[in-house]
Amino acid sequence: MTTYIIRRLIQALVVLILVTLIVFFVMRLLPGDPVLIYVAQTAEFEAMPPETLDRLRAEFGLDKHIMVQYANWVAGIFRGDFGTSIFYREDVGTLMLERFPITIHLGFLAVIIGAVFGALAGMLTAVRRGKWLDKTVTPLTYGGLTIPVFLLGILLIYAFGVKLGWLPISGYTSPLDDFWLSTRQVIMPVFCLAVFGLAANARQMRSSMLEVTRQDYIRTAWAKGLGERVVVMRHMLKNSLIPVITLMGVGVSIILGGSVLVERVFAIPGVGSLFVSSIFGQDYVVVQAITLVFAVIILMVNLIVDISYAWLDPRIRYG
Amino acid sequence: MVEKHTSDIGFSEAPVRVSEWRRFRRVFFERKLVTFGLGVLVLLVIAAFFAPLLAPYDPYELGDAGESLLQPSGEHLMGTDILGRDTLSRLIYGARTALMVGFISVTVAGIIGIPLGIIAGYFGGVLNMVIMRAMDALMCFPMLLLALFLAAVLKEYFSGIWVVIIALSVAIIPGYARVTHGLTLSIKENDYIMAQRAMGSSNSRVMFRHILPNAFPPLIVLVTMQLGALILAEAGLSFLGIGIDPPGAAWGAMVWDGYRYLANNPVLWLAPGIAIALVVFAFNIVGDGLRDALDPRLRGLL
Repeated sequence: MTTYIIRRLIQALVVLILVTLIVFFVMRLLPGDPVLIYVAQTAEFEAMPPETLDRLRAEFGLDKHIMVQYANWVAGIFRGDFGTSIFYREDVGTLMLERFPITIHLGFLAVIIGAVFGALAGMLTAVRRGKWLDKTVTPLTYGGLTIPVFLLGILLIYAFGVKLGWLPISGYTSPLDDFWLSTRQVIMPVFCLAVFGLAANARQMRSSMLEVTRQDYIRTAWAKGLGERVVVMRHMLKNSLIPVITLMGVGVSIILGGSVLVERVFAIPGVGSLFVSSIFGQDYVVVQAITLVFAVIILMVNLIVDISYAWLDPRIRYG
Repeated sequence: MVEKHTSDIGFSEAPVRVSEWRRFRRVFFERKLVTFGLGVLVLLVIAAFFAPLLAPYDPYELGDAGESLLQPSGEHLMGTDILGRDTLSRLIYGARTALMVGFISVTVAGIIGIPLGIIAGYFGGVLNMVIMRAMDALMCFPMLLLALFLAAVLKEYFSGIWVVIIALSVAIIPGYARVTHGLTLSIKENDYIMAQRAMGSSNSRVMFRHILPNAFPPLIVLVTMQLGALILAEAGLSFLGIGIDPPGAAWGAMVWDGYRYLANNPVLWLAPGIAIALVVFAFNIVGDGLRDALDPRLRGLL
């Protein structure tokens, strides 16, 4: 197990370095050097003599070799220095710290709801295969995998916000300020983010439950006269959950990607909306930082998933 | 597809080919939902190719005063948008955008991703490590986020829809490479590959004349699924306002524009939204049907 973890950690480190290289060099594909991009946004552009530009280049370390610049950039990130936003005139790290709790609040709820209720739905449809529950829920999971989140969001707003008037249609309030309002505001966006995970987990859980049902030890459990509850909960559930765990990585990736759309639909000031507005505002320092942080989160989640998977299923770590 | 595939490996046994094709048809068309999905895709292709003939109005023509935001009627089946343009016509032209982005991206990414996967799987070693770790790194970015990130840079070099096509192509390369890599690892263990090498075939001949054709059936399933994912991502990008060539019609952008008239003109966002959902659903269900029909392990079970 230790060997497996060490091997997996080294692999993750290599991937992490590649991720930083991708983010850094893609940003460098922008025409003009970063000083020009920076200066062009600071109004005094026309009056800028070449000497000042050179001085700025030296100040930002841009006169050095590109690999040195890369190293400086990475070193800066390790110190928590993501650069300064051109639009907000604020430290990008601070800016992200303001916005991230919102996205994490929604995303975390979506992950939990997707995992718990998805697995539950999958379990029930497998146990009641072919019955009405299975026949209604299983086709719905297909829809859950394919519906565009923004369409789902607008549909929910139309039905529950406009027509029925049950829920506020947009905005975000911290649960610490007004817990009740906050909860009412997050119901629809969290559902939108969770729907893919709900559907994917339900499908995976259903098929792995059906797989486990055929195993000898389940027949033995039935044969020795155990009740349905014990057979399902004690013997089938645990083994069926293993494949579901692997979906966690994909699920987090989908939720982080979806947050960009969902936050736009519901006008939620999270990292997703910051990302989109920064792209249109050509605030590349922010775009770069958010892309990197999202990728690192997914890298970490995948690492944890792989290690726990190997811990749960010995065939993996010896494979 | 299946016929081509079997004729590549089964150099004799004509009857086997016939029964394989029959089995494919039977399994594929057995599920009504798959047939429905196929119907949707046929409609999509027809709409895209014959858009000028099918569209009742010019999708770009601005309406006169008093023609904007009309409710659905006999004259405009789905009403008009804020600029007085016919929604149904724009919907039909939107099929072109969706299909074009989907097909070009899936092809470009395949041309890059499939060889990468075969090379990594076939040669193994350092080459494998370098290629697959690079793919892992690309997989760390959520597809939509990576596409947005690339689009932010690419829009300095390309215009409109090409930004989206290139960004999405790059975003799905790792999907191809991973699947092809896995397939290559298992296919190269077959005796017929060893026979080829014993006969002195070059590496590239073994890789592209023998491994690639045998990897075809699962790759076709992957392509179908990816087309769905691409059209969904394209809709997401155009919903956010990336890669639109005004006055061109893209479904995602139509949903965003219609969102402003949420309660008064629901057809404005509902129609393109349902079009996206239907097409994505169709690609997924057809991909599922293809998987069941093409998977030799399910032979006898289905």
